[in-house]
Amino acid sequence: MTDTEKQLLKIIADMDGEPQGAYNIRANGALQARSTTENIDIRTKEDKPGIDIIIKSGTKGETVHIPVIIDATGLNDLVYNDFLIGENCDVTIVAGCGIHNCGEKESRHDGIHSFFIGKNSRVKYIEKHYGEGDGTGGRNMNPTTIVNVGENAYMEMETAQIKGIDSTTRVTKAKVEAGGTIVIKEKIMTHGTQNATTDFTVDLNGENSGAQVVSRSVAKEHSTQTFKSCVNGNALCHGHTECDAIIMDDARVNAIPQVNANHIDASLIHEAAIGKIAGEQITKLMTLGLTEQQAEQEIISGFLK
Amino acid sequence: MISLKNISFSASSEAGEKEILKNISLDIEDGFVAITGPNGGGKSTLAKIIAGIYKPTSGKILLDGVDITDYSVTERAKAGISFGFQQPVKFKGITVNDLIRIASGRDITVSDACDYLSQVGLCARDYIDREVNGSLSGGELKRIEIASVLARGTKLSIFDEPEAGIDLWSFGSLINVFQKMHDNIGGSIIIISHQERILNIADKVAVLSAGELKAYGAKQEILPELYDSMNETCKVLTDNMKEVKA
Repeated sequence: MTDTEKQLLKIIADMDGEPQGAYNIRANGALQARSTTENIDIRTKEDKPGIDIIIKSGTKGETVHIPVIIDATGLNDLVYNDFLIGENCDVTIVAGCGIHNCGEKESRHDGIHSFFIGKNSRVKYIEKHYGEGDGTGGRNMNPTTIVNVGENAYMEMETAQIKGIDSTTRVTKAKVEAGGTIVIKEKIMTHGTQNATTDFTVDLNGENSGAQVVSRSVAKEHSTQTFKSCVNGNALCHGHTECDAIIMDDARVNAIPQVNANHIDASLIHEAAIGKIAGEQITKLMTLGLTEQQAEQEIISGFLK
Repeated sequence: MISLKNISFSASSEAGEKEILKNISLDIEDGFVAITGPNGGGKSTLAKIIAGIYKPTSGKILLDGVDITDYSVTERAKAGISFGFQQPVKFKGITVNDLIRIASGRDITVSDACDYLSQVGLCARDYIDREVNGSLSGGELKRIEIASVLARGTKLSIFDEPEAGIDLWSFGSLINVFQKMHDNIGGSIIIISHQERILNIADKVAVLSAGELKAYGAKQEILPELYDSMNETCKVLTDNMKEVKA
C-alpha cells in the first residue's frame, strides 16, 4: 500500500494499518485485502461488482470496515454492497471513500449499499467521504443507500463529506417496520464550485416506527447544495426531519423538507434553517482572542462536529 | 490602567442621530470599579467601546499608556481585555469545553475546566460536553460566560450586568468570584451593575446617566450621594415604592 493510500484510509476509516475484525479494502476498483471472522463473512459478488457482508444472528460488539480508496485518475468505480444482518445483532459498520486525484480525468466512485437489518438488531453505520489531489480531474461520488429496518431494529447512520468532493448526489431510501427506528445524521461541507445533493426518503410503515433525519451543512465560496428529505408516515409513527445550513460567500443552499402523513396517528415534524454565521458569535469569539477567520473556523468545526 | 479620553458615541436611528455618550473621560486604575446608573444611560455602550465592539465617534482609549483606539476586538483581547456579555451568545455545536479552551488559549483537561466552572458553581463533568445553546438555562449560560472570562485571566475584565439571570444562591458566590479574581489576577475589574451588593464590594464607583459621567470616586464618597439622588429623581415613584414596601 502506498503512503497516499494509507493516508486516505486513516482519514476515511480512521485505520492505522490493518484493523481488528472483519474488513474489506477496495483500492482502484479491485480487492486489496479482506479478513472475515466467525460471525462476519464477506463474499465477492458473482453477477456484478461488489460484496455481500453477512452477519450472523446474535453477533454483538463487532465492527466491519469496508473502505474504498482511489488514487488513479480516470477511474470510474461502481460497486453493489449488500449487508445481510441477522437478528439480535449489535454491530458497527465503517464505510467510506477517499479519492486522491492528481490527474486530469474524472475519478468517480458510485457505491450502492443495501442493508437488510433483522429483528431487534442495532446497527451503527459510519461513512466518510473525502477528496484530495491537485489535478484538474473531478473527484465525484454518488452513494445510494437502501435500508430495510426490521421489527424493533435500530439503524444509526452517520455520513460526512467534509472536503474535496466536486460533485455528489447522495440518495438514501429507508423502510422501517414495526417498532423500528432509523436515525440519520449527515454532515456536509462544500467549497469552490462543488455541488452536493442529498435526497432522503423514509417510509415509516410499521406501528411505533420512528425516524430522525438531521442534516448540518456548510456551503462556502461558489458551491451549491440541495437538501431533500421526505418522510412518509404510513402508520402510528414519529418522524422528524431537520436541515440546518450555514451559507457563506456566494454559495447557494436549497432545502426541501417534506412530510406526508398517510395515517391518522402519524406524528411528523420538519424544520429547515439556512443562514450566515451570526455576527455576535464571531464577536464573542473575537473577545476571546481569535481573529475573525479563526472564529469562523471554530464555529464551522463546532457546527459540523 | 485604562484611560478614556473625551469619548463620545453617536448612533443613527429613524429619529436621527442620537448622542449616547457625551465626552466621557475616566481613568480606571487597578482594582474593582463598578459603573452604575439608570437604564439607557450608556453603560453597556461604554463597556462595548472599551472591548472594541463599538468604535467611538471621537476620543481616545489608552491601555497602560498605549493608544488602542484603533485596535480591533481581537487586538484588544490579545492586549489583555476580556468582556463578559450581558446576554451570552449561543452557538450550535460549540461546547462548554470548546469555549473554555478558546478562552484559555490552550488545550485544557477536565481538571482545568473544573477550576473555572466550579468557581461559577457548575460541575465540569456535567457541563463540558454540553453545547452552548438554548438547552442551557439563562443562569447557566451566564455562569459559563463568566467562566470564559475567568479562563482568559487578563489584566482587564469587563462584565456587563453579570448578576442578571443569576439566582440568589449563586449571587453570594458571584461576589466571591470577583473578589478572588481581584486577589489572584490583580489588574482591573469593571462591572456594570445595578446591584447594591456589587457596588458595595467595589473600590470605586462611576455613575453614568444620560450619556454623561455624573460622578466617579471612592465608593464611600459616591454611594451615599447616589442613594440620595435616587430618592430625588421622581417623587411619585419613590412614594409609590414606599407604599409597596409598607
